[in-house]
Amino acid sequence: MTTKTSSETREPAPLLAVSNLHATVDGREILKGIDLVIRPGEVHAVMGPNGAGKSTLSYVLAGRSGYEVTEGSVLYRGLDLLAMKTEERACRGVFLAFQNPVEIAGVTGVNFLKTAVNAIHRFRGEAELDAMQFLKVARRKAKELGVDEDMLKRAVNSGFSGGEKKRYEALQMALLEPRLMILDETDSGLDIDALRVVAKSVDAMRSPDRGLLVITHHQRILDYIVPDRVHVLADGRIAQTGDKDLALELERTGYAQFIGQAA
Amino acid sequence: MNAGVEQVRSLADQKYKYGFVTDIESEVAPKGLSEETVRFISAKKDEPEWLLAWRLKAYRAWLKETEPNWARLHHPPIDYQDAYYYSAPKKKDGPKSLDEVDPKLLETYAKLGVPLHERAILAGVAVDAVFDSVSVATTFKGKLEEYGIIFTSISEAVKKHPDLVRLYLGSVVPYSDNYFATLNSAVFTDGSFVYVPPGVRCPMELSTYFRINAEKTGQFERTLIIADKGSYVSYLEGCTAPMRDENQLHAAVVELVALDDAEIKYSTVQNWYPGDEQGRGGIYNFVTKRGACRGRASHISWTQVETGSAITWKYPSCILQGDDSVGEFYSVAITNNYQQADTGTKMIHIGRNTRSRIVSKGISAGHADNTYRGLVKVMPKADGARNHTQCDSLLIGNQCGAHTTPYIESRNPSARIEHEASTSKISEDQLFYARQRGLSEEEAVSLIVNGFCREVLQQLPMEFAVEAQKLVAISLEGSVG
Repeated sequence: MTTKTSSETREPAPLLAVSNLHATVDGREILKGIDLVIRPGEVHAVMGPNGAGKSTLSYVLAGRSGYEVTEGSVLYRGLDLLAMKTEERACRGVFLAFQNPVEIAGVTGVNFLKTAVNAIHRFRGEAELDAMQFLKVARRKAKELGVDEDMLKRAVNSGFSGGEKKRYEALQMALLEPRLMILDETDSGLDIDALRVVAKSVDAMRSPDRGLLVITHHQRILDYIVPDRVHVLADGRIAQTGDKDLALELERTGYAQFIGQAA
Repeated sequence: MNAGVEQVRSLADQKYKYGFVTDIESEVAPKGLSEETVRFISAKKDEPEWLLAWRLKAYRAWLKETEPNWARLHHPPIDYQDAYYYSAPKKKDGPKSLDEVDPKLLETYAKLGVPLHERAILAGVAVDAVFDSVSVATTFKGKLEEYGIIFTSISEAVKKHPDLVRLYLGSVVPYSDNYFATLNSAVFTDGSFVYVPPGVRCPMELSTYFRINAEKTGQFERTLIIADKGSYVSYLEGCTAPMRDENQLHAAVVELVALDDAEIKYSTVQNWYPGDEQGRGGIYNFVTKRGACRGRASHISWTQVETGSAITWKYPSCILQGDDSVGEFYSVAITNNYQQADTGTKMIHIGRNTRSRIVSKGISAGHADNTYRGLVKVMPKADGARNHTQCDSLLIGNQCGAHTTPYIESRNPSARIEHEASTSKISEDQLFYARQRGLSEEEAVSLIVNGFCREVLQQLPMEFAVEAQKLVAISLEGSVG
């Protein structure tokens, strides 16, 4: 590992350092050399047209099988993220809020989330929570996020509306207290009111030691979670990087220019 | 190494934690099966003449029968002469109280998590423990006697309550019923006997624990439970055996009788040794369980969690004779590696407005085969009979099989019979979702499978439901990845 010391900037060590990341799905190259550095406390937005590789990036970072990294590296808090199993990444603080959270029949939210929280506690060498302790925490967080307590008793994501699912993802994020939060098109399928509720609860989790990667198609979620950096992902590469104004500009101009560039 | 791997390892280590052997001196019958063997067993138990005659009738009938071959099961022929039919820990007389029981035996049961002493008192569970062929001890006898409840070994019941035994033994499963039940009738060694008098609600869970210890020994226990008018009893059986390369035979018979307005809840957590990963060894479990809802509005409910045995052949059934009677069957059958299960139920509707409900959850992993086989039969006089069957199969991996074979016979046009079935696989999406939240693959599978079985596990008495959930996880160890 190479370390660069800079006396002028004294920036904190990156939370996430992606360099020259290439990845394939079913033998087809989707990511074609991504470079991205997220430092603690920063919020980065990745925007781009459909099929640019946005979800692939989130899956590669979370460690989904079938997404093969062919080149490049990812350091997470100085460790080789790609060498870790999916659950180890989660236990070390990588959280992915899913675009389409899956249903798990017969497994109550309480049971699922208690198992998850305790897996993470165990990994960190902390004491596990018993059912009562967990319920106390879960109820408090649910109340804070405006999630109906009843949802915890229902089977995971079963029969939830689109809005409920996303709120449930936000609740999980709050309970698992991650360091790197990846939002994969969390705004999709949400009406304006639901979007505000979910986005605000995510924004409330911003802290100096956390990083946030917001993957989105539209600018509007960024009204609530104001990014430090905005990247345009097109055809598997970062085509442009700017500040929050870039997102507003894209809202006006669209992605056509980048699609043309890629082709 | 990360914690996830450690977790998996510790699961693997406790995979079959009941595989030990207790070094205890046993008294055995000469090897093999003959009329002499039957007489030996009967004499050992100091049985009355009528019972010996009944055994001999069964033995002679058995000689003329052949093993059934309609189940989806494959095994080499069983050599019935290469087994012992009676094995008992050596002891002068039957123990009079727990203090007289060999400490080694008590130790064994403590290891198995069957608390015969204080822990039993705390748990409020009365336990009858059967070690190879004899009943070792029955706890809480005194307290139950206050209610007039008889909970004892069947050998003792033959001596002390011969009228009850004679009236009901073989009345639900006749000695000529089927090959294995007939064999059991000839050579059964021990088992439990329960009688709950009219109007009594049994104040605690009754429980039997079966353990095969001796080598080359078959276990043939016989259980008889009678719930008199308006009474209620909940009964649980658990089973384990040492790990051995040979196959051992277990051919039990359970008979339940529920009179008017009586209810019997019978739960089983079957964890006989399933054999190793290559399919060597394990118990052959050929069991006949049947309940008769004889009285009006009587109710019999079977709940089974079947995770063990190399072969499971078992169809806990209900004969719904009394009008308005209810039969239920809730089943989880898990097969991994080379295990085979052919299990299900029979619901025979005879009385009017009889109802039955079947919920079967089959889980298959490794190279295992899992078959649900169930019969719903409605007789001509069963006006208004209703049945609902739900049959779900879950596959893990692509080397295993799940089969559903329902038989429906209705001879009454007013009957309503519904059958729902589904087959699914654990999806990659679900596994990824759970692992992204920090669960190891094993934990994720266990959680998803437990969710799949929830409806059935909920039927178990609280203290056993937790055990059963853990057992589900352990049984599937090594089935993914």
